[in-house]
Amino acid sequence: MDFRRVKDYFSWLYYQYQIISCCAVLEPWEQSMFNTILLTIFAMVVYTAYVFIPIHIRLAWEFFSKICGIHSTLSS
Amino acid sequence: MANSGGGAVCNGKIYSHKKWDGSQNGNCTKNGIVKEVQQNGKPHFYEKPVVESFEEAPLHVMVFTYMGYGIGTLFGYLRDFLRNSGIEKCNAAVEREEQKDFVPLYQNFENFYTRNIYMRIRDNWNRPICSAPGALFDVMERVSDDYNWTFRFTGRIIKDVINMGSYNFLGLAVRYDESMRTVKDVLEEYGVGVASTRHEMGTLNKHKELEDLVAQFLNVEAAMVFGMGFATNSMNIPALVGKGCLILSDELNHASLVLGARLSGATIRIFKHNNMQSLEKLLRDAVIYGQPRTRRAWKKILIMVEGVYSMEGSIVNLPQIVALKKKYKAYLYIDEAHSIGSVGPTGRGVVEFFGMDPQDVDVFMGTFTKSFGAAGGYIAGRKDLVDYLRVHSHSAVYATSMSPPIAEQIIRSMKFIMGLDGTTEGLKRVQQLAKNTRYFRQRLNEMGFIIYGNEESPVVPLLLYMPGKVAAFARHLLNRKIGVVVVGFPATPLAEARARFCISAAHTREMLDTVLEALDEMGDLLHLKYSRNKKSARPELYDETSFELDD
Repeated sequence: MDFRRVKDYFSWLYYQYQIISCCAVLEPWEQSMFNTILLTIFAMVVYTAYVFIPIHIRLAWEFFSKICGIHSTLSS
Repeated sequence: MANSGGGAVCNGKIYSHKKWDGSQNGNCTKNGIVKEVQQNGKPHFYEKPVVESFEEAPLHVMVFTYMGYGIGTLFGYLRDFLRNSGIEKCNAAVEREEQKDFVPLYQNFENFYTRNIYMRIRDNWNRPICSAPGALFDVMERVSDDYNWTFRFTGRIIKDVINMGSYNFLGLAVRYDESMRTVKDVLEEYGVGVASTRHEMGTLNKHKELEDLVAQFLNVEAAMVFGMGFATNSMNIPALVGKGCLILSDELNHASLVLGARLSGATIRIFKHNNMQSLEKLLRDAVIYGQPRTRRAWKKILIMVEGVYSMEGSIVNLPQIVALKKKYKAYLYIDEAHSIGSVGPTGRGVVEFFGMDPQDVDVFMGTFTKSFGAAGGYIAGRKDLVDYLRVHSHSAVYATSMSPPIAEQIIRSMKFIMGLDGTTEGLKRVQQLAKNTRYFRQRLNEMGFIIYGNEESPVVPLLLYMPGKVAAFARHLLNRKIGVVVVGFPATPLAEARARFCISAAHTREMLDTVLEALDEMGDLLHLKYSRNKKSARPELYDETSFELDD
């Protein structure tokens, strides 16, 4: 029962995406091309985030902890 | 209310603010004095609170709209490239081989838009119908095999589609019934073709009868009728103004007014839609600075407005325009194509809607297409104006005059509305239209759609914004047997595509409820309920008195 509602909601969302981005009025091969390009870009964004964000956060944490570390050694 | 329509109409006379003596023309210039007309002719603009709204859409809607057009444009470039390089067959118009080195014909934005965006959703327009455009009508079914480049009819007919698009305000555009017997008699007696112009042998006694009736209906001295509404504007404005005159025209005026103004050769200046500050500034500049180089006074200043604007549903701010016109000594031309027969307590147009004196407007123009179920237009006003037009109008000299059965249909409809046929059916229809309008607009506002325009105007634009939603809306509604008119880019601003409903007195409450229910579901399916009931982007300036009024 719940799966049915969730599925309906997602198909409504997909329909919204189609009419907002004019996919509903494009021919089928144009739709596939547009969806492919969009998914590719999205996949690249996700991959870049997965690879680079943890490293950047670790480096930023070390940088700031060094400053705070110097500050704490001075005060102690 | 100052002009209650209820018990005040019988035999076609209106007792609102005129002392009639019942004869055709004889009210205003008895003894050459117009005193008795002026007694009650004070403008009542402080009494009527006018509610007009042009709500702005949320920001994300505008972003998505432009994004949708952007994606359409990108695909348009791709398809144009494929067509030009020969990979794909081109179905659109192209120049011939010999003309390839000439100036390109089809590269401007309008042709690009038509080829790439309009073609994809073209099946929602130009739908052929095969019955009279009453409250219910029949649509011919057509399909396209190659994505709207060509269509073919399947042979089936979609019957009993609810008609929300035809200009049928009083429900008079119906098939033949017994009340149209006089039209049949005139057809039998006069035939159909007139075969001449007004100046030669084309003036019939039917035209004279019709013109007298129109003058009586509008409470003016005289009127003249023409065969085509568009031609009435475009052919008569050049006869009224010329070089050395100034035309102040509203931003959203109809193409016929724009064409007539350009043909006349006068200088045209545009003021913002229904914006009295903008109009006053233009009037002051015109009076102070005169003509551009010579600084002479303008020969005439003509303000051109419409009664009800068909794309916005707004009603002109007549009292303030008349006050401005009197102060700066300009003339007023009002095009009542959509408002004659549909606004006002007895259906006599915006002048009656605001309770004003018809003497204040110089040129009345209107059409018989929308509320009278016929075709043609009229120009009415003072007798010397109409006499001048009879001699000098291009339409009178060159165009065939109105066909007699059509003239009889207008005579019949007008008598019906005025009550001259002895019943109050006409008045009931006008009131039914007003009731339907208020009900429909109120329900749509409650549901949360963005609706433009005045709450009393029978033209209801519902904003759709995105081109994909425009197509989906029209197609889904036709599947549910409701016929609507959707309007997109060249007729409206790029980001404000809309669906335009024309309410009719022939719509019953059940039909309106069916339509409203379907619209409710459409609104949820397509996510169209954007209204946040915020105040409008274009401020209404009805209570502003920043200019002095002689009262």
